[in-house]
Amino acid sequence: MAVLAAEPGAAARGVDWRHVLKESALAAFIALMLTITMVGLRTLDSGGSLIIETRFPEVAVAVLLVFLGRFGLVLTREGMPLPVLIGGVVVAAAGLFLPLPATVLRVMTVAGGIILALRAGWVLWRHSAVTADREARDLAMDRVGASVQRVTRYVAPLAIAFAVALPFIPGLNDRSSIDIATLVLMYVMLGWGLNIIVGLAGLLDLGYVAFYAVGAYSYALLATTFGWSFWLCLPLAGVFAASAGLILGFPVLRLRGDYFAIVTLGFGEIIRVILLNWYDFTNGPDGISSIPRPSFFGLATFTRRPGEGDTAFHDLFGLDYSTVHRVIFLYYLILALALIVNFFSLRVRKLPIGRSWEALREDDIACQALGINRRNIKLAAFTFSAMFGGIAGSFFATRQGFISPESFTFIESAVILAIVVLGGLGSQAGVVLAALLLIGMPEVLRELEQYRMLAFGGAMVLIMLWRPRGLLAHRDPTVTLHGGGRGAKAGEAVAAAGAPAQ
Amino acid sequence: MLLNVAGVHTYYGSIAALRGVDLTIEKGEIVTLIGANGAGKSTLLMTICGNPKARQGQVTFDGHELTGMPTFEIMRNGIAQAPEGRRIFPRMTVLENLQMGALNGDPENFDEDLRRVFDLFPRLRERQGQRGGTLSGGEQQMLAIGRALMSRPRLLLLDEPSLGLAPMIVKQIFEVIREINKQQGVTVFLVEQNAYHALRLADRGYVMVTGQITMSGSGRELLADPEVRAAYLEGGH
Ligand SMILES: Nc1ncnc2c1ncn2[C@@H]1O[C@H](COP(=O)(O)OP(=O)(O)O)[C@@H](O)[C@H]1O
Ligand SMILES: [Mg+2]
Repeated sequence: MAVLAAEPGAAARGVDWRHVLKESALAAFIALMLTITMVGLRTLDSGGSLIIETRFPEVAVAVLLVFLGRFGLVLTREGMPLPVLIGGVVVAAAGLFLPLPATVLRVMTVAGGIILALRAGWVLWRHSAVTADREARDLAMDRVGASVQRVTRYVAPLAIAFAVALPFIPGLNDRSSIDIATLVLMYVMLGWGLNIIVGLAGLLDLGYVAFYAVGAYSYALLATTFGWSFWLCLPLAGVFAASAGLILGFPVLRLRGDYFAIVTLGFGEIIRVILLNWYDFTNGPDGISSIPRPSFFGLATFTRRPGEGDTAFHDLFGLDYSTVHRVIFLYYLILALALIVNFFSLRVRKLPIGRSWEALREDDIACQALGINRRNIKLAAFTFSAMFGGIAGSFFATRQGFISPESFTFIESAVILAIVVLGGLGSQAGVVLAALLLIGMPEVLRELEQYRMLAFGGAMVLIMLWRPRGLLAHRDPTVTLHGGGRGAKAGEAVAAAGAPAQ
Repeated sequence: MLLNVAGVHTYYGSIAALRGVDLTIEKGEIVTLIGANGAGKSTLLMTICGNPKARQGQVTFDGHELTGMPTFEIMRNGIAQAPEGRRIFPRMTVLENLQMGALNGDPENFDEDLRRVFDLFPRLRERQGQRGGTLSGGEQQMLAIGRALMSRPRLLLLDEPSLGLAPMIVKQIFEVIREINKQQGVTVFLVEQNAYHALRLADRGYVMVTGQITMSGSGRELLADPEVRAAYLEGGH
C-alpha cells in the first residue's frame, strides 16, 4: 500500500516515457495510414496510360514529423516545455537547411517546429500547465478583448485615416498594394456582414456565399442585359440579396443550431448549382464576362478616350490618364461600403432590434419569455446580413469584370466564416485583424499561396487552442449609467444610446 | 378572475405532460403551485405562455382567450415570466438585461420602472454595470425577477425562484415577492418545490402530481394537511 501511495507523486515529477512513446507512435501510425496512399502513391499520365509513382521519402518525413510533433506536445503537457522549445527550434532550423524531398515538407517541417516551439514557449511564459482552468482563461481573454476594445476607440480613427491615406503613401501606392488592400477590404466587408448574423444573432450561417453570389449575378445580369448603371444596380443587388435572404430565411429559421447551419450550407450549394446549370439565364460554367466597370458616380468614366457624350475622369480633374485611377476609385468605394456596414453594426447594437439579436444569441428561451418575436428578429438579422453580402457581391462583379459559379464555392463561405470566428464572434476590430491575417498575408507572401489552406488550418488550430472564443472576443456594454445610477440618469443613457460610442 | 386555466391538456409529442388542469387566479393574489420534480409545473407555466400550446382546454387572461395566440403576443399583454433556471443574458450587463425586459413597454415608463426594480433589489443598482453571468445565483434570480417586472406585468409567473439558493437568500427573495404583490399590486403565480416557504407566502395553493391538480386550498390549509406534509414537507424545511 505504501508503495502505491507514493506513486502518484513520483509520476507527477517523472515522465511516463513508455506512455509518451506509445501515444506518439499511435499518432505516427495514424499519419502513416493516412499518408501512405494520399502522399505515397501518385498516378501519372504517361503517354495515355496511368502509371503509379511512389514517394516514400515524403511519407517517411511526414510520419516522422507527426511523431516528433506529438512527442513534443505530450512532453509539454507532462511539464517539460523547455526541451520541447529547444527541440522545436532545432526541427525548424533543420527544416530550413537540410535537403528535403519537397518544398511542402520543408514548409511543414519549419512550420511544425515553430508551432511546437511557440506552444512550449507559451507554457513556459505562462508558468502554468496547458490544462489551465478554462474559465480563468476565458476571463483573461475577455480582459484582453476589453483592453483591445478600449484601444480600438483610439486606433480605429487612426486605422481609418491610414486606410484613406493609403493610395497616397509612397511605397504603398503602387497598383498591386492597392489591389491587395481592396481584396482585404472586400473580406472585411463580408466579415462584418456575416458578423451580423453569426456574431450578433448567434446563428451559424455556412452559406453566406449564396448572397454574395446573388449580388454579383444580379449586377452582372442587369448591367450586361439592360445596360443599367452600377450606381443603380448596387442598391438593387442589395435588395435582391435581401429578398433571397428573406425567402430562404422563412423556412430555415425554424431550425436550430446544427440543423440551421447544415441547411444554410445546403442553400449555398443550391444557389451555386443553379448558377451552374441554368445556362440560358446565367451562362452556366462559362460565367458572365465584360461586366461594365463603374463610372465616377455617373459623371465621368475611367477610360482614356471616352465615348460620345462621356467625360473622362482624368479630363474632369485635369490629370494625366492613368489606369491606377480606377483602382484607387474601387479601393475607396469598397472602403466606404465596408465602413457603412461597420457603422450599421455599431449603431444597430444600441437599438432594440440589435439588442434583441444579441439576446437571442445569449438565450433563446429567455427571449421568448420576454415577448420577443423570435422569428421576425432572426429574419431581420438574416436579411440585413444577406443585403450586405449582396452589395459586396456586386462590387466583386464590377471589380473582376468576370464572374462564374467557381467564385462562389463553399470555400468562400468558409473563409468568411473563419474571418469572423478567428476575429472573435461579434468583434468588429477582430474581423479586420483576421481579414488582414487570412487574406492579406497569403497575398503579400505570394509564393505561399498554395499553402494558404495550410496556414489557414494552422491559424485556426492555434486560435482554438489559445483563444477558443476568437482573437478579440469581448462584448462591450452598449449602455452605461454614469454616477450613482439614479433613474433620471438612466433615461439619459437610454436616450443617448443612439449615439455611436466606438 | 385574472387567469383561468380550464381542462388543459399539454403534450410533448405523444407524451402527456398536463392531463386536464383546472386552476384560477384572482386579481391581487399570490397563488402557488407545488409538486415534485417532473410533475408538470413548468409545463403549465409554459402552456400559459403559449409554448407548448395546450392541445385541449382553455387559458383565459382577464377575459381574453390566450389559447392559440403566439407566445410573443401573450407576453406583451400583461404577463411576464421569470423562467426556470433564471435565464438571464450572461454577457449583457445588469442594466442591459433590464432593458431587454422593457423592450416592448412604453419607453416613457423606463426610468420609473428601473427605479422601482432598483428599490426592490438595491443589489442590482450597485451591480448595474456588471455582466449578468458574473453575478451570484441570488443576484441572478433578482435580475430575472427584475427583468420580468420591467414590462409592468399584471400577472407575474415565477418558476422555482428558490432553486439552488442559500436559505438566507431564499428568504430575501420571498420577502421581495411579497412586496411586489402587496405594494405594487402585481398578481403572482409562484411555482415551487420549496413547499414550506411557498405555502406560507401564498394566499392559496395547488398541488400537482403527474400533470393533474390533486389538491387545492389556502396556504395555511395545505401546510396543515397531513398528506402535503408527508409528501412535500418531510424532514423539515
Ligand atoms: N421539452 C420537453 N420535451 C419532452 N418532454 C418534456 C419537455 N419538458 C418537460 N418534459 C416532460 O414533461 C414532464 C413535466 O416536466 P416539467 O413541466 O418540467 O416538470 P416540473 O417543472 O414540475 O419539474 C416531465 O416528465 C418531463 O420529462
Ligand atoms: Mg420545472
